[in-house]
Amino acid sequence: MKLKVSDLTFSYNGKTTLENISLEVEKGEAVSLVGPNGAGKSTLIKCIDRILKPQRGSVIVDGKESSRMASKDFSKMMGYVPQSTQEIFPYTVFDIVLMGRRPHIGWRVTKRDVRIVARTLKFMGIDDFAERYFDELSGGEKQKIAMARAIVQEPNVLLLDEPTSNLDIKHQLEVMKTVRLLVQRGGISTIMAMHDLNLASRFSDKIVMLKDNRVFEVGVPESVLIPENIEKVYGVRANVIKDGEGRPYVMPLDPI
Amino acid sequence: MIDDIFGDDFEDDDALNVEETYTKSSWKKTLIILALFAAVAAFAVAAVTIGAASSFGPIEALETIISKFLPVSEPSSFAQLIVLQLRLPRILMAIITGISLGVAGAVMQGVLRNPLVSPYTLGLSSGAACGAAIAIVFGVGILGSGRYIIIVNAFFFSLFTMALVYGISRMRGTSVETLILAGVAMSYLFSAAISSLKYFSGNEALREVVFWLMGGLYTTKWENVVLLAPIVVLFTLLLVRYSWDLNAMSAGEEVASSLGINVNRVRIICLVLASVLTASVIAFTGIIGFIGLVSPHVCRLLIGSDHRYLIPASGLLGAFVLLVSDTACRTVVQPTEIPVGIVTSFIGVPFFLYLLVRRKRRWWQ
Repeated sequence: MKLKVSDLTFSYNGKTTLENISLEVEKGEAVSLVGPNGAGKSTLIKCIDRILKPQRGSVIVDGKESSRMASKDFSKMMGYVPQSTQEIFPYTVFDIVLMGRRPHIGWRVTKRDVRIVARTLKFMGIDDFAERYFDELSGGEKQKIAMARAIVQEPNVLLLDEPTSNLDIKHQLEVMKTVRLLVQRGGISTIMAMHDLNLASRFSDKIVMLKDNRVFEVGVPESVLIPENIEKVYGVRANVIKDGEGRPYVMPLDPI
Repeated sequence: MIDDIFGDDFEDDDALNVEETYTKSSWKKTLIILALFAAVAAFAVAAVTIGAASSFGPIEALETIISKFLPVSEPSSFAQLIVLQLRLPRILMAIITGISLGVAGAVMQGVLRNPLVSPYTLGLSSGAACGAAIAIVFGVGILGSGRYIIIVNAFFFSLFTMALVYGISRMRGTSVETLILAGVAMSYLFSAAISSLKYFSGNEALREVVFWLMGGLYTTKWENVVLLAPIVVLFTLLLVRYSWDLNAMSAGEEVASSLGINVNRVRIICLVLASVLTASVIAFTGIIGFIGLVSPHVCRLLIGSDHRYLIPASGLLGAFVLLVSDTACRTVVQPTEIPVGIVTSFIGVPFFLYLLVRRKRRWWQ
């Protein structure tokens, strides 16, 4: 499903955190938002998901303006994976993932709901934890659970807020490979805020680079992840080489 | 589409064991709720047969109730008075009150994502107490004077407190922490007001205030039960309808909102319903401590945090605990009575401390 953000502006307590953001995501495209801390990556994701209300601009999903959609219809379309999840009360993994079916469930849980949750747990490789309590699990497992919750929503657009921060390298790769499967097999359009430029380079079709609350550059990884851009946006001198698949690989050298 | 994602590496019955485990655990939870219901019903029947009146036995007590519907025997008018006019309404009131406190506690904790919340911490109880104390000491209430001024005053003061606490937290952008702190602060203010009322009041009023504060069901009349029962049933059902939203909200506002939930709307609706529910019963019974706080915690240990099961279970456990406590109150030290608020706190506090110390998982962090 195609998603189009035009001229989106958001300010919080008088401070502008997003200014005239425009971007487009095609069906089955993976887009990474990169940029230094405070550039507005997370805020943009939350504005797209209607968690925050932008002052100006619009988000158009499948030809419809998102702010005019009923919240239930909207939530069937867009899934959101937060940076970290904390549960205050003891929920089992199954219960938490089942919450993702909320937009589809009236009151009763149907056989189909249970089946989708069970298969998604299996797909994510966390079916062994189904009846375990969420707070007993590791950070990587928790991230997979949060992703599973968004998957069972059956969204057309998936938003991930720094999905790999705080994860070890194995979990980082597992999470990113899952994202790639969702994009390729399910045709899900994906937008993710990323800190790790090399994971972004390897797993995205397009990179949107943000600087000072504005879009600095948009394009394929090869054209965006170049030493000049990294120096201007991050204030870091870097070498960029090609990895085995010909993707740019960023080696940061010195802060300027 | 979701099947495309799973792809060909999936057999049809691959995740069946996960499905079965979930279905089984759902049945288990349903059974626990049914067991709690049976326990309340069984204890209610038992409670009808025991009490201070000694001129008739348990069998005759049961016969008295049955003969109300089926002419099987001719019970004495004394037995009729004791069983039908004193014991039965009081037992039903204990059940109604316990359900309200248990349900309201579970909902308030869920909606505010905080395990320390109860009608106490949000200022509802102390508001009710202050309203009652004013009515007792000055003999006037906000709706003039009359038979029900204490109840009416307690009810409205309680709701007024909740509105005030919510209003204060709104000024700071409805943060949950502000709401709870404002509630605790208001409780202190009302405690001070009650203390000064007690200090300046005469002997008789003082005694009555003290009695009200300790909470009790001994003044229950049939009309109270008839008034409250529909309210409690209706409000409980309304709150249970929000179970899914409460579940989603416990994962945080952002996740709930992305699941299509209007977080602020659900929060205020649930808080208002739970507050009116609590205020209605404590206006009649006085302060009954700890059920609203402890019952949800114990039920989370029993059946987990899914509000579809938690809310009914917490209500039933509250009913059971209050019924047992009240029965103990009126039978242990015959012929006098211990106020039930004292008993619930004496049972509740040590039990709660035991849970705090013994629990392996510390979900309140």
